Amino acid sequence: MTASLGKHAWVLGLLVLFLVLIGLTKLVQPSFSLAGIESLTRAALPFAFATAGMAVVVIVGGIDLSVASMMAVCAVTAAVLMERMAGVPAILIVLAVGLGMGLINGVLIVLTKVPDIVATLAMLFVWEGTALLILNTPGGATADWVEAGIRGSFLIGWFPKALVVLVVGIALVWVPLRRSKLGLSIYATGSDETAAFRSGVPVGRTKIIAYGICGLYCAMGGLSLAALTGIGEPVPGPYLLASVAAVVLGGVVLGGGKGGLLGPIIAVFILRIIRSILTFLSVDPNVTTIIEGVIMVAVVMLGAALTHRGTRK
Amino acid sequence: MSTTDTDPPLLRLGRAMRDNPLIPLVLFLFALVVLLEVLRPGIVMPIRSGRDGLISTFWVGNLIKFAIPLAMLAACQVLTMLTAGIDLSAGIVATVAAFVCATLSSIWGVAPAVLIALATGLVVGVVNGVGVGIVRVHPLIMTLGTGLIATGCLQVYQRLVINAGAEVPTFLSWLGTGRTLGMPNGLYLFVPFSVFVIWLMRYTGFGRLLFALGSNENAAKLSGVRSWQVYIALYALSGLIAALAGLLYLGIIRQPSLSLANPLLLPSVAAAVIGGTSIFGGRGSYAGAIVGALILRVLDTMLTLLQMPEGARTALFGLIILAVTALYVRITGAR
Repeated sequence: MTASLGKHAWVLGLLVLFLVLIGLTKLVQPSFSLAGIESLTRAALPFAFATAGMAVVVIVGGIDLSVASMMAVCAVTAAVLMERMAGVPAILIVLAVGLGMGLINGVLIVLTKVPDIVATLAMLFVWEGTALLILNTPGGATADWVEAGIRGSFLIGWFPKALVVLVVGIALVWVPLRRSKLGLSIYATGSDETAAFRSGVPVGRTKIIAYGICGLYCAMGGLSLAALTGIGEPVPGPYLLASVAAVVLGGVVLGGGKGGLLGPIIAVFILRIIRSILTFLSVDPNVTTIIEGVIMVAVVMLGAALTHRGTRK
Repeated sequence: MSTTDTDPPLLRLGRAMRDNPLIPLVLFLFALVVLLEVLRPGIVMPIRSGRDGLISTFWVGNLIKFAIPLAMLAACQVLTMLTAGIDLSAGIVATVAAFVCATLSSIWGVAPAVLIALATGLVVGVVNGVGVGIVRVHPLIMTLGTGLIATGCLQVYQRLVINAGAEVPTFLSWLGTGRTLGMPNGLYLFVPFSVFVIWLMRYTGFGRLLFALGSNENAAKLSGVRSWQVYIALYALSGLIAALAGLLYLGIIRQPSLSLANPLLLPSVAAAVIGGTSIFGGRGSYAGAIVGALILRVLDTMLTLLQMPEGARTALFGLIILAVTALYVRITGAR
């Protein structure tokens, strides 16, 4: 009871923090308005998808260090394909590529019994190299409507389209999964692999599927990255560190079994809005990096001290 | 563990290898060197292409020279992995130390610059230790975070000293690029260093505490180990080693930059893991990590020689790390 209360309290606390930060932004930059929120959401899109993918594998008890590289592969694939063919089949192919890469990660981890962190570290190099093979220098192009798909507002005048894309993209995969037997298996495997195995959970298959979903989210992240920039960039961005930070800040315990996707995604927005507040205050971007790091470490320390449980496995 | 004669030979072989993890690693290293010689006759044994010498001391020296900074950073990973931790700030600490040393030595002289560079490593290490040992943050997150902070500090610092210019102390470039008796000078620093690390792990109370904390933290604590003191000392030592590695690497590359040693970070984790150190704590050997670093360097040379496009080289590098680790896990049955 208290544990579930604690979990919701964490997410609620994050939400309150986010609203406070929006208020703060309005204070330091009076011209900050709905347009500002729209561009904030758009910039947060790749981070949010990377974080969602990372959250799923952390919940299953693993970690995927190759998220940024997989996003790079998906972004260049999207840019190369859209130059040559229609947008919709290209998007479907990219999603399939992402799912495939994630499944490969999962199969390798389960088959070789190499620790997740080492296996995905190796795959980080593999996917990074693959991205360079597909496109050696930034290039390609994205269809105009894809770019328009995340820009501007949706139906009513103020609702950012990017938020719709984010919510639909994540919920379409996660909500049915969370409510199915598979979702339960994911949490069971993350809590205690041996106990889950002895209760008849197909542990290996669950892990592989979790990594596959991570790959799928990375494909969405790569697509949004390509849509944001209009080209494909083969060099992985700073998404690994940011996604791990947001996952921990969002209340998912490293080691697995606890947390959801809502907390981490709110955490992404908190981290992004802190960056824009610092930009509005015209803080040196390098100092911004320091402040972000300090905030990340401080929040994680606070979380560890508050919960009083060892977060280590 | 009882060995009976009824065990299948493969299992017995695996068990023997687990007890002596160095044997398969050294064999693999030699196999790679032989493969390299086959691919490019004369690179290792000049006599085959009509030049002098059975073994090229130049090639061996070069291999060792570039493996040393990697092996030193791998020491950070081995020591922290013994307690089920990891030090992902090591690469950035090495970069910071090198950059600080290069910029300050033209202003304040070499000795203070080196001391300040080592001190920065120590400071980052102590912060890591406090986070891991007292506040109990996961080491992965803690060291990623301090690495991020250190990167930001380095960029701000670079703006402040941009006009001062940088110079690499001659003593460091002597250490990094000079040779004595055919072997790189760095080796004469590295041999005492590695003996120290192995002695620390095997024969001191501190080393035994690391193994104890990694094997079973609760049992170690109940036996009266003050874990936070051990963690602070461990991460401080790791930071210091990383800074030292950065100084040596500066001597080799002789060109300070803002991302000098960062590309060495992930290979240092790979070297430790290939060397038989368990990422879950309680088992590890530094000698294995040294061989692991040599293996990675030989692989790197081989992939460069094959003149593959950069992407294929990076991808193959990753696949080989995975394959070696998987093979190792399969043979020894350890994780």
